[in-house]
Amino acid sequence: MTDTAPIAVALRGITKTFPGVLANDDVDLEVRRGEIHALLGENGAGKSTLMSVLTGLYQPDRGQILIGDETGSLRPVTIVSPRDAIGLGIGMVHQHFKLVPTQTVAENIILGMDGVPFVLDMGSVEADVAALSERFRMPVPVSAFIWQISVGEQQRVEILKALYRGAEILILDEPTAVLTPQEAAEVAATLRALAGEGKAIIFISHKLDEVMTVADRVTVLRKGRNVATVDVGATDKHRLAELMVGREVATTIDKDDGAIGPVVLRIDGVVARNDRGIVALKDLTLEVRAGEILGIAGVAGNGQRELTEVATGLRRVEQGTVTVDGEDLTNRPPVRFIDAGVSHVPSDRLGRGLAGNLPLADNMAMKAYRRPPIAAGPMLRRDRMRAFAGDLIERFNVDTPGPDTPARNLSGGNQQKAILAREITAGTWARERGRRPVLIAAYPTRGLDVGAIEDVRRHLIEQRSGGTAVLLISEELDELMMMSDRIAVLHGGEVMGVVAPAETTIEELGLMMAGEMRR
Amino acid sequence: MNLPYRVTLEKRLDAPRIVVWLVPVVSILVALAFGAIVLAVAGADPLEAYGQILTGAFGSLTAWLDGEFYAVSETVVRTVPLILTGLAVAVAFRMRFWNIGAEGQLVFGGVFAAWVALFLPGVIPGIPQTLWVYLPLMAVVAVAGGAIWALIPAFLKAYLDVDEIITTIMLNFVAILTYQYLFTGPWKDPEGQGFPGSALFPEFTWLPRLTGRVTLGLVLALAAAVVVWLIFDHTKLGYEIALMGENPEAARYAGVNRAGIIIVVMVLSGGLAGLAGFTETAGISHRLQQGLAIGNGFTGIIVAWVAKLRPGWIVVVAFLLSALFVGGDQLQISMGLPASIGAFFQGMILLFILGGDVFTRYRVKVARRPAAVAVEG
Ligand SMILES: Nc1ncnc2c1ncn2[C@@H]1O[C@H](COP(=O)(O)OP(=O)(O)OP(=O)(O)O)[C@@H](O)[C@H]1O
Ligand SMILES: [Mg+2]
Repeated sequence: MTDTAPIAVALRGITKTFPGVLANDDVDLEVRRGEIHALLGENGAGKSTLMSVLTGLYQPDRGQILIGDETGSLRPVTIVSPRDAIGLGIGMVHQHFKLVPTQTVAENIILGMDGVPFVLDMGSVEADVAALSERFRMPVPVSAFIWQISVGEQQRVEILKALYRGAEILILDEPTAVLTPQEAAEVAATLRALAGEGKAIIFISHKLDEVMTVADRVTVLRKGRNVATVDVGATDKHRLAELMVGREVATTIDKDDGAIGPVVLRIDGVVARNDRGIVALKDLTLEVRAGEILGIAGVAGNGQRELTEVATGLRRVEQGTVTVDGEDLTNRPPVRFIDAGVSHVPSDRLGRGLAGNLPLADNMAMKAYRRPPIAAGPMLRRDRMRAFAGDLIERFNVDTPGPDTPARNLSGGNQQKAILAREITAGTWARERGRRPVLIAAYPTRGLDVGAIEDVRRHLIEQRSGGTAVLLISEELDELMMMSDRIAVLHGGEVMGVVAPAETTIEELGLMMAGEMRR
Repeated sequence: MNLPYRVTLEKRLDAPRIVVWLVPVVSILVALAFGAIVLAVAGADPLEAYGQILTGAFGSLTAWLDGEFYAVSETVVRTVPLILTGLAVAVAFRMRFWNIGAEGQLVFGGVFAAWVALFLPGVIPGIPQTLWVYLPLMAVVAVAGGAIWALIPAFLKAYLDVDEIITTIMLNFVAILTYQYLFTGPWKDPEGQGFPGSALFPEFTWLPRLTGRVTLGLVLALAAAVVVWLIFDHTKLGYEIALMGENPEAARYAGVNRAGIIIVVMVLSGGLAGLAGFTETAGISHRLQQGLAIGNGFTGIIVAWVAKLRPGWIVVVAFLLSALFVGGDQLQISMGLPASIGAFFQGMILLFILGGDVFTRYRVKVARRPAAVAVEG
């Protein structure tokens, strides 16, 4: 990419307010053809909002959108719907995918397109899609159903969908947040190839390493405003983090040796099936002790989800036992696990962790509404519930206008913080009741900005040092190596081995994750 | 479609207060305007017809000056069961449990209440035969009757995951046929000279009247509205109901017992409908006869939905719809229009209010088409 490449799209002075929130304040952004332009900023900085304005999901209060042609001459446009956006060659892959699980890849790609003939020749559509996926080296099983394919493949389908519609400007909102490192690397290669064809790419990410390797330029937003636009060649990770957060960010974390106590969570010889009825945990045995973080490494889909569900009472166990602090809770209802002091940060925020339409206060009280002071006998004290939520919002730095905001209006990262606040607080009550708490945290830093990641990690370490048994599931091996006292590697629903971070290497973990080595 | 301008809907993030109020009012006015056209086609003067509905439902000024409130009291009489069925439906709908069976549950409540009134004095003569004992007893048994009938679909859903829409609808028919069998067969009044209906209840089982034919049932219905409001907004149960309704998976995660709450909610829902069976038999008919199953359970769905499942609004909407029924009856008498005119207006109003809701949730925008699209198209 050169500085002289024509401008593909320019946003000028975009301002967008929500009730009580100034999400974008006079923001400028310029993206050239053939450029990969990263959009960086803290959770709630207004990145998704800005892209929603560009794709016509929201109308800006003020500001202008300009589209450039091959010569770089700009003309103002009005975009009132995603349909307009795609008409102008702007396609978006959202933070949460919008695919129909019960339809095939090819069907999803043509879904909702203009000019689709009444009688469809699926054969030719599939051929077109296959050609496209060939050209950009994005293999997808064209006639498979969405529910059958992996998250990484779904991501590719979303990208192909935009390309099939003729997108010249492609926006990706945290495309790698839910991917494995290998899948993320593939996405990066794809983006490079697309840029090579002259497409303009805007991508949002919180992963600074990724931004540094993939992007040409970076625009940083803070609290809805432009902070800077820089060439990646002229900056580094630390500088970017500082621009985002406005202070220096620690990338390592202090961890004392801690006092490891007795086994609190014991999963013994457990066999369980996944939603499709296939055995997902095969005779799995794990122990988590008080005061330790047991990291779970593994490629997504190797039993992590089922493991968290078995450990929280959300999934039936066919064989084996689940014991918490000496109490046998095998196949007991989830409420018994909650009472026993098991907290859970689920991987699926909006599907399980939150009720998006309910106020934030109700969401934060999901583990607190049964106990005083919020409960008073059968009654619910709404005033105390709001106060409780207000307190958590403050203590965990959740960025929101207040406890009455519907949870779905929070930015992705702030939803995650709200869940974490709720679960950590529930753990402290268990401790007050004289129980040893357990915290099951599935991908707790996914989608968080560097500052927030630091906060979350500090919170997890704090819980561990306070005697909580922490089960940490993560895709990032660096994170697991840094945080865990021991790491268990999952492959095909089995534990390939349990190792101490000091006595292993990333390479060794990789081999175990691939099922090629046991320890 | 090559107009240079295009109308689009944008989702409102936060509907202003004025819009929330104005939209239903305008919707009703539009419904009435439509109704006027239909009335005119049917050969009636719309203005006169609306006047008749008003006086039919609320009485005339001259009547009021004479201290005559018969019309409005009849409207209140019809309001009572609608409040109760509206609440019954709202409790279940709040959890997205689609209880379409309030009609059958109401009928079962009536049947149970009738059994107490007709037979309990004979079975256990020792129970003091006074209002103070018998009325509470009948009310409780009627609630139990409605609840039991509602428990069938509740259990089927909770343990076998059987779709509740089908079961609740079907059970309406079973309930209604059972009740008709009873008052035309085994419970038929031997002295009734062929008139289909049970014997008259003893007087100590009659709900006392407040004024006109308005009974204590009104107080009961209003109290029920307050209780349901309390449950919704200020109890753990209400919190769990809302959580289940919004995201069942999150509710499970939060430790809510799915089967348990389905059962509790349906006991409440069926119980409220059963209570309506009590107010109608013990308060109005004083016997089991035709006229208990006149669709209050179904109208309750309209009431609950138009009131957006909010108890306070349910009272208001029940009163307005009841006014349409009573006023519509008046049209039939004085202008010779079909009896179904009341139901017709209800349908129109429901349609327009639900349709009008689009304007509360979305903002209508008229935008210039982007040049590129216009050229392409
Ligand atoms: N529909 C909405 N209604 C009200 N407020 C909203 C809405 N959407 C976003 N916001 C608010 O606007 C601000 C910016 O949100 P946005 O989703 O753009 O952040 P983001 O930069 O994408 O954050 P993240 O990295 O966490 O995804 C946040 O404070 C958020 O709470
Ligand atoms: Mg976002």
